[in-house]
Amino acid sequence: MKAKIIVTPKKAVVDPQGKTVQGALEHMGYKGIGAVHVGKYLEIELPDSDKEMWRKQIDEACHKILSNPVIEDYRFDIE
Amino acid sequence: MTEPAITPELVKKHNLTEEEYGKIKSILGREPSYTELGVFSVMWSEHCSYKNTRPLLKTFPTKSPRILVGAGEENAGIIDIGDGLAIAFKIESHNHPSAVEPFQGAATGVGGIIRDIFTMGARPVCALNSLRFGPIEGNGNAANNRRLFGGVVSGIAHYGNCFGIPTLAGEVYFDKSYEGNPLVNAFCLGVLRHEQIARGAAKGIGNPVFYVGPATGRDGLAGAAFASQDLTEESADRQRGAVQVGDPFMEKLVCEACLELLATDAVAGIQDMGAAGLTCSTCETAARAGTGIEIELAKVPQRAPNMTPYEIMLSESQERMLIIVQAGRAHEVQRIFEKWDLPWAEIGRVTDTGQMVVKFNGNVVVDIPAKKLADEAPVYHRESREPAYLQAVRAFSADSLPPSADLAGDLKRLLAWPTIASKNWVYRQYDHMVRDGTVVCPGSDAAVLRIKADSVPESAADKTAPVLEKYIALSVDCNATYVYLDPYEGAKIAVAEAARNLACSGAAPLGTTDNLNFGNPHNPELFWQLSESVRGLAEACRAFSAPVTGGNCSLYNQSPNGPIDPTPTVAMVGLIEKPEHITTQWFKDEGDAVLLLGEAADSSDPLRGLGGSAYLQCVHGLKTGVPPRCDLEKESQLHHTLLGLIHCGLVKSAHDCSEGGLAAALAESCMSRQIARETPQLLGATIDLTEGAPEKTSAEALLFGESQGRVIISVAAGNVVKVVERAKILGVPARRIGTVGGNELTIKISCGEIKCPVAELHDLWWNAIARAMS
Amino acid sequence: MNFAVLQFPASNCDQDALHVVKGVLGHAGRLVWHKENSLAGFDAVIIPGGFSYGDYLRTGAIARFSPIMQSVQQFAANGGPVLGICNGFQILCEAQLLPGALVRNRSLQFRCEHILMRTATADSPFSNKIPPGKIMRVPIAHGEGCYFAEEPALEKLKNNAQILFQYCDSAGELTELSNPNGSLLNIAGICNEARNVAGLMPHPERASESVLGCDDGRLVFESMVSWMENRLAKAA
Repeated sequence: MKAKIIVTPKKAVVDPQGKTVQGALEHMGYKGIGAVHVGKYLEIELPDSDKEMWRKQIDEACHKILSNPVIEDYRFDIE
Repeated sequence: MTEPAITPELVKKHNLTEEEYGKIKSILGREPSYTELGVFSVMWSEHCSYKNTRPLLKTFPTKSPRILVGAGEENAGIIDIGDGLAIAFKIESHNHPSAVEPFQGAATGVGGIIRDIFTMGARPVCALNSLRFGPIEGNGNAANNRRLFGGVVSGIAHYGNCFGIPTLAGEVYFDKSYEGNPLVNAFCLGVLRHEQIARGAAKGIGNPVFYVGPATGRDGLAGAAFASQDLTEESADRQRGAVQVGDPFMEKLVCEACLELLATDAVAGIQDMGAAGLTCSTCETAARAGTGIEIELAKVPQRAPNMTPYEIMLSESQERMLIIVQAGRAHEVQRIFEKWDLPWAEIGRVTDTGQMVVKFNGNVVVDIPAKKLADEAPVYHRESREPAYLQAVRAFSADSLPPSADLAGDLKRLLAWPTIASKNWVYRQYDHMVRDGTVVCPGSDAAVLRIKADSVPESAADKTAPVLEKYIALSVDCNATYVYLDPYEGAKIAVAEAARNLACSGAAPLGTTDNLNFGNPHNPELFWQLSESVRGLAEACRAFSAPVTGGNCSLYNQSPNGPIDPTPTVAMVGLIEKPEHITTQWFKDEGDAVLLLGEAADSSDPLRGLGGSAYLQCVHGLKTGVPPRCDLEKESQLHHTLLGLIHCGLVKSAHDCSEGGLAAALAESCMSRQIARETPQLLGATIDLTEGAPEKTSAEALLFGESQGRVIISVAAGNVVKVVERAKILGVPARRIGTVGGNELTIKISCGEIKCPVAELHDLWWNAIARAMS
Repeated sequence: MNFAVLQFPASNCDQDALHVVKGVLGHAGRLVWHKENSLAGFDAVIIPGGFSYGDYLRTGAIARFSPIMQSVQQFAANGGPVLGICNGFQILCEAQLLPGALVRNRSLQFRCEHILMRTATADSPFSNKIPPGKIMRVPIAHGEGCYFAEEPALEKLKNNAQILFQYCDSAGELTELSNPNGSLLNIAGICNEARNVAGLMPHPERASESVLGCDDGRLVFESMVSWMENRLAKAA
């Protein structure tokens, strides 16, 4: 089983990296695209049991350390 | 497990000649195993053996009473700086890895040279670098040059900043010849007490051999073995693994742990695993000690599954060290490496057989006489021939140049030419102040570093004597255009400029490390460039009493367009006696007098310094002409005189004249001090050059010629007579050429004058690279 | 006074802070390893700059879980002065001892240069010796120094005079150009509501000796010392 976690910058936070990527894409001819947000993807290998327990644990870990709630949002799946 | 059979093709793929293979067989008295073939191929590569350059390198001056560890003895040379302290320093190239992957290539280059320094028992306290790329302005190939340049700079920044070493100085040149083959030369300097010198020797029969640092993967595996295989899934996986990835966080921990361990006296020998990793470190430590070494590869921490002995021995995974520990002291290794949460493993022991023996699960896979492998690589005396292109170079005359219609415009173009423009876009990305020792930041002729108590590794309490503060200056230089146009004179100039930069900062040279970046030595014309350059370097290092303590050779630098310009990079370190002698290049106060030390132009040079100049390249698109001459005796006199004046407290600023000539040097003196972000110190000057130039010196040559042996100084107006007289007594021409003040740089010449607002010059010069990169 | 200078794996301005405390100011101090769990006997704590844990995950994110940070929480709760410099500031924000966060520089590049800054208030243990209107010249060296907090938090900082230092130009104006990283309100340093915990991105320890070209940063340490002396005098 794997937890797949996506951490993204909050909309309110300036994201110069996203802006730069957006600019580069437009420059390359990808017209009409909207804002780009550059985040992080984490994959955590887990034992194949007790999905619900792991869901709680991963949620806690995301909140405590894997993301910073001041500047980041997260979402995750366990599969 | 079966190893591939040795075939002539396989030998060839390992870059070994038939004769070399014959020599291997005679050393072993049998056919080598596959792993042994790999071991010989890396140890006998140019990088490890200097087989093409050894006879040349022997001509370098390598001795002085200050040298504690000389060139070639260990991983880096060590020089006494007085009061029980010493410095270890070295420069090394990472050109080819940086061409493949600029960020990681440059980062691991920095990591490698830092390890070379702490391996010696020294605490790494500063880094420099010397970089070369293709032109970055415009379209076409420039886009890729910018990618390489940007990637290399951020790779150096990433590694150095995270490790916590100030990157103090450097140089960057842009030239067509480096397109596709950038140069990345990284320098590191460390500090230690004399009694703290560690040796890369496997001493003490029976002593255990430890591996410390991260696990071994398939990183940087010599491409030779895999390059021509069919791309199966497995080999594709291996190819991807071939880029070395640096981890500066790990290096910082390994460095701290090693220095802590060295302070315990439990270490008999220590060596980093750099190029050729485990192979080089085991055979060299045994060869140096005259012992043997035996290791078991199954005990080596491994990151990838099913690694073969060949792969483990040749891996270039980063941040690993080999430590030979005194018998019975293994627990200290354990205690310290566990404190720093670092992997370690005991992998073998020192033997009395003289053999390097490598086992894999108990089976012997390598059994080679260590000394023969390390020290008896073949030596080649290559054929040498003067290149044909020099005919045209020598035929060039300045008469063919149209007179300039806009000298002020030429000056502006030169200041905005990326090779001359401010490199703040580069050094603002490097932490150049960490460790609280940076006295002169990047942007002056040489960087100046303070050495203080915490620059020295801690040692056993009973040996700790107070550390007296020291000040050292560092500069790295090489105008490769000069070297291309005249390798002997050009190499002399590289050394002379480094020494001149030190003198301008108030320092006298201690020693030199050089990085010889050249093309294929099998090409007689390119080998001639190399041998002539070495002749020039050796002569100049003697003249300035700056012996060579070590360095690196990088040959085979060429792209499909041809070879790079020959680039013998010179890094020189000097000592400043007292902090009050520290001098910077920028003007200090309104009303100060501006003086020129040295002749306005070299009267013995028909081109008056225009040959190979930035002016010819930038304004006329010409890379030709006999470059400036370098008179070592005059140059040395100039440096001594300047230092004498600095010691008397007479010099307020000193700036060496190099690319862009007098005009560029004057402009830089007006505007190169940066008080803070967006806050330069701009001080104009009024200069009069209508007198003092030798006859037949054109306005262009007077302003932009690059005659050697010239320094611009500023002194308090009341001291002019004193300075001029002292200089004359010492045989150095000195003449007042103007006064500091105002907002403009005005230069009068016999045919008119240049007048530019300093703010405008500053904007062109300061922002040129950022503009090219955006 | 006795200063604790915390040492995390890959702290790299730890020696610099200790050098200023001991070598320049003549006070006592020692490095405290992150696995230690007591700050007994110390009068002040400095969390130095560097790349603790290689800046992996997020700057300061892993260091805040080191054992010593428990003691720092306690030390701060008891009113002891805690100064986080650069990576130390980032750690204090991650540990929620200070509000907000530090994100990637606007330029996306690491920046090492001198900046000018001014104090917004002398009412703190870290700025009480700084003359009003003084423009300080201090180096920065960071890739993630852009201060961010949501509007309500920012309001609170302003209302409580928790903004200690702001980037400015040579005339003292808070301009866009003088801001090296895009920080909101040109923030270079802040303190907590109780005023005893502060973080700043510039490195005062690199500007505490005239031989290094500038000693404005020394005022920050002298402020701490003076504040602690007053505190001790009051307690006595």
